[in-house]
Amino acid sequence: MKKFVQVENVGMRFDTKKGPFIALRDIDLTIEKGEFIALIGHSGCGKSTLLNLIAGLTTPTDGVLLCDGREIGGPGPERAVVFQNHSLLPWLTCFENVYLAVERVFGAKEGKPKLKLRTHEALALVGLTHAEQKYPHEISGGMKQRVGIARALSMQPKVLLMDEPFGALDALTRAKLQDELMKICFATKATVVMVTHDVDEAVLLSDRIVMMTNGPSATIGEILKVDLERPRSRLELANDPRYVDYRAAVLSFLYEKQAHDERVAA
Amino acid sequence: MSAITYDKAFEGAAKPVVTIEGTAAAARGGEGAATVPAAANDSAVPAAKVTGRGREWLRGFARATLPPLIGIAVMVGIWYLATLKAGGRLPGPVQTWNAAVVLFSDPFYSNGPNDQGIGWNVLSSLQRVGIGFGIAAAIGIPLGFMLGRFATLSAMVNPIISLLRPVSPLAWLPIGLLVFQKADPAATWTIFICSIWPMILNTAQGVTRVPSDYMNVARVLNLSEWKIFTKILFPAVLPYMLTGIRLSIGTAWLVIVAAEMLTGGVGIGFWVWDEWNNLKVEHIIIAIFVIGIVGLLLEQMLVAIARRFSYE
Ligand SMILES: Nc1ncnc2c1ncn2[C@@H]1O[C@H](COP(=O)(O)OP(=O)(O)O)[C@@H](O)[C@H]1O
Ligand SMILES: [Mg+2]
Repeated sequence: MKKFVQVENVGMRFDTKKGPFIALRDIDLTIEKGEFIALIGHSGCGKSTLLNLIAGLTTPTDGVLLCDGREIGGPGPERAVVFQNHSLLPWLTCFENVYLAVERVFGAKEGKPKLKLRTHEALALVGLTHAEQKYPHEISGGMKQRVGIARALSMQPKVLLMDEPFGALDALTRAKLQDELMKICFATKATVVMVTHDVDEAVLLSDRIVMMTNGPSATIGEILKVDLERPRSRLELANDPRYVDYRAAVLSFLYEKQAHDERVAA
Repeated sequence: MSAITYDKAFEGAAKPVVTIEGTAAAARGGEGAATVPAAANDSAVPAAKVTGRGREWLRGFARATLPPLIGIAVMVGIWYLATLKAGGRLPGPVQTWNAAVVLFSDPFYSNGPNDQGIGWNVLSSLQRVGIGFGIAAAIGIPLGFMLGRFATLSAMVNPIISLLRPVSPLAWLPIGLLVFQKADPAATWTIFICSIWPMILNTAQGVTRVPSDYMNVARVLNLSEWKIFTKILFPAVLPYMLTGIRLSIGTAWLVIVAAEMLTGGVGIGFWVWDEWNNLKVEHIIIAIFVIGIVGLLLEQMLVAIARRFSYE
């Protein structure tokens, strides 16, 4: 396996009104091609900050990030982001939201019919063909999140970055989308980094779980390799002793080693 | 922030027009009346159904129209009583009504530049507002976009705007007269001055308020500046822009009356002044109503446009 995303000695300091605030320090992480990484940690520890660094939306104050051997100098469509709050443009239909991305990535080489076909395919992949002409405010939260995923996938990114994509959804919708995401990733062999605070989601979806210590100046506490064969089924895994062990390991990290002051978490 | 204070500044001026808001509610009641045909069709069929739905509709209609109608009736009543005591110095409702009937029977006559129908006067005022406002929009909106996008420019221009914005537009009238040497463009010029501030400030504020999520989408997609403008900035700023336009039109309509009183010519403001000189006080009262109604219509038109472009 090949090193695909490299995070080397990265630190992030924010200059705030109250002086410098060190959010992240000494982050070292190597992600292989086709790997699914979950970033887990207590709220405010710096998961989004790390994801934004990989996305290139912010630049690190220390260290360097590489993608496919090249330094990450800014955001770009090869590292697609699924934002926490879907971030669909409310004045565009679902189709137009996805088309905007498709046109940007493939517009130089392909004609309109091909671009439209790609858009239809991306929306079909997340089961939203029937909602193509709807506006974001006309569809449910889960559907919006799926459009966000379709938009990201339609760009055929090298890396798919997701910031708590299912955080705001009810348990049933979340489970359904997790299953869909697993299928899509299995089929497309996508490299994924996903921020989550849901232990089950992390174990179910990922190849490795990156557990972060509490902030400020958070860093990687432990990395847990999840050796469960794919495709995975949530029903079968529920009683699998390995699954239970992985789950316990993450819980122990979060609630014993990094026991969190609840007042801060709130 | 500053755009809101601008709004506040004119709230005082807008307040006396209480009855007009009553009319707005009545107009909304009128919208509700669009559902009449359905109810009316039903009334042709079984009687039991009619009473249920018909009564419901009647109640809604009454709730929407009665309070404003009562409000207007009370106002007219007070006006009547007040003018009874004034001993004929102030015209009462009946007198005014009679004068209005005569006036509106021929709103578009023209006996030379100083004696024209009220329709012409209103139209010339609207034309001045339209031109002054149009030029202000053409300059203010792009300028607002630039101020919102470029912080340095904003830091340069903001002190100037803060300094000039509180100045009454009428203070600019002499400058206009001096530069243009004519009354008509000078009045338009004051409209331009008073319209441009809310347009610049609200547009700029809209640009700085574009959710960072949308800009992040643009950055991840690496959109071109043109795409960013057409697909993100413009639609996101549009509601703010429309607020600016609404405030501008509102103040422009306030200012034009005063400006025309000073400059003369054809226009509703001048007409008021002229009728004062002729001591036709009932015409002044009619003018007050006309100004109020036109202002209300402008406002409602822009509110309707704004509603059309809200995405929630
Ligand atoms: N732009 C910023 N300026 C200052 N502080 C920030 C900024 N972004 C994030 N932080 C701080 O960095 C820490 C980590 O934030 P974040 O990455 O959003 O946490 P989370 O793990 O919940 O996603 C928080 O304490 C937050 O207040
Ligand atoms: Mg976060």
